[in-house]
Amino acid sequence: MMKQFGYNSLKSRTIDYKNINTTLISYIIKNEPSFSSCISCGSCTATCSAANLTFFNIRRLNIQIRLGEFENIRQEIDKCMLCGKCLLVCPRGINTRNVIMLIKKGLVTFNLVE
Amino acid sequence: MIDVLIIGGGIAGIETACSLQELGLETLIIEKEKQIGGHLNNWDTLFPTKRSASEILEYYTEQIRKKSITIYLNTTVTSIRKQDDGSFEVYTSREVSFKSKTVVMAHGFSLFNAQRKEEYGYKIYENVITSADLEQTFKQNNDVFVNPMGKIPERVAFIHCVGSRDEKSGNHYCSKVCCITAVKQAIKVKQLSPQTQVFCFYMDLRLYGRGFEEMYREAQEKWGVQFIRGRLSEVAENIDGSLQLKAEDTLAARPFKMSVDMLVLMVGFEANKSTALFHNSCGVACTESRFIQPRHHHLSANATNIDGLFTAGTSIAPLSVFDTLNHAKAAAFAIHSYITK
Repeated sequence: MMKQFGYNSLKSRTIDYKNINTTLISYIIKNEPSFSSCISCGSCTATCSAANLTFFNIRRLNIQIRLGEFENIRQEIDKCMLCGKCLLVCPRGINTRNVIMLIKKGLVTFNLVE
Repeated sequence: MIDVLIIGGGIAGIETACSLQELGLETLIIEKEKQIGGHLNNWDTLFPTKRSASEILEYYTEQIRKKSITIYLNTTVTSIRKQDDGSFEVYTSREVSFKSKTVVMAHGFSLFNAQRKEEYGYKIYENVITSADLEQTFKQNNDVFVNPMGKIPERVAFIHCVGSRDEKSGNHYCSKVCCITAVKQAIKVKQLSPQTQVFCFYMDLRLYGRGFEEMYREAQEKWGVQFIRGRLSEVAENIDGSLQLKAEDTLAARPFKMSVDMLVLMVGFEANKSTALFHNSCGVACTESRFIQPRHHHLSANATNIDGLFTAGTSIAPLSVFDTLNHAKAAAFAIHSYITK
């Protein structure tokens, strides 16, 4: 109603853990268990060729997957060139390239892409 | 005159006494409680081995018997006075005093009283407990895991740094052992109740010791414990007794809310109240954080500013059981060389 008069209502930015879509994170952890040991150090992003040129941020992808927010992932995931430098620097030994592949597969398999 | 009077019959005091006895010195332990062992009596298992705390106590009970170490239980030291001849007169609650060549302050620490962080709702909301309460629960019941209302919790949250690294509590220091204790307890919750989701809210994770990092990874990979970087700002109770948490997920850079069935506050260390008494009666130097100031951090970590007055264990700072026992062993050597020089 108020919108008709030029008002806008803002969507809450608060993360609500009750309503998180865990489909993708469960799928990734099942197939690449090392992903759960991420400590958000950012080594992967620092070395990433794509991050050097675009807003692609693989560290942040981890958080967005955990929070079940796929919108940004859909837009960003194809910027990865699968060079695997992130895999070489990860202190936790996470197979990040496999994680990227699982994200791509998962988005399609569970119909998370529009 | 006694060679060494030890204040406190916790593991620091007992280990000091055992080592001194082996070095041929006569010791006396004064303990305020009705039993030895101090805080360890209230603990279920020790990190990182998950060894039962009672095994350690049994070992020391046996050592005391074997070495015939004298202990006065139910006795509180009220003041320490240095005499002109360099010895000490130690006054107690029993209206007797002891003369001793040296004194060891092994009177330990106090746990932070979580009620002082009122916004976390301890003793206000039924399902808010402390890490010490949880150890008691584990000690009493090792088969099922329920919250204080008797429900198997869907979600449990551990809050790190309660009363530590917090100027608002008057404690700016890190209590060192709470991070690894939370990891240990989180794993235990998952073992007892695999369907429960477990979250740890931390500011920094400080997993410095041998085996700690391995345990952290075990919690992440094997047990699926989720670590969220952010400090809890407030807690409110829902009508069904569950708790609504508000904090920021600082890595996602957004506020979040979460409802949990149980909240565990990782309470930190504070200096024992006796430390202030001893400071007033004999002038032992204390740090800003109210613990005793060692004479030299690296080279004489057991000596104090007063000749013949030594420390063992957590009277100087928060320490793990591992560090406490090493500090206590070192105390015995420092005292031995002081007496025999």
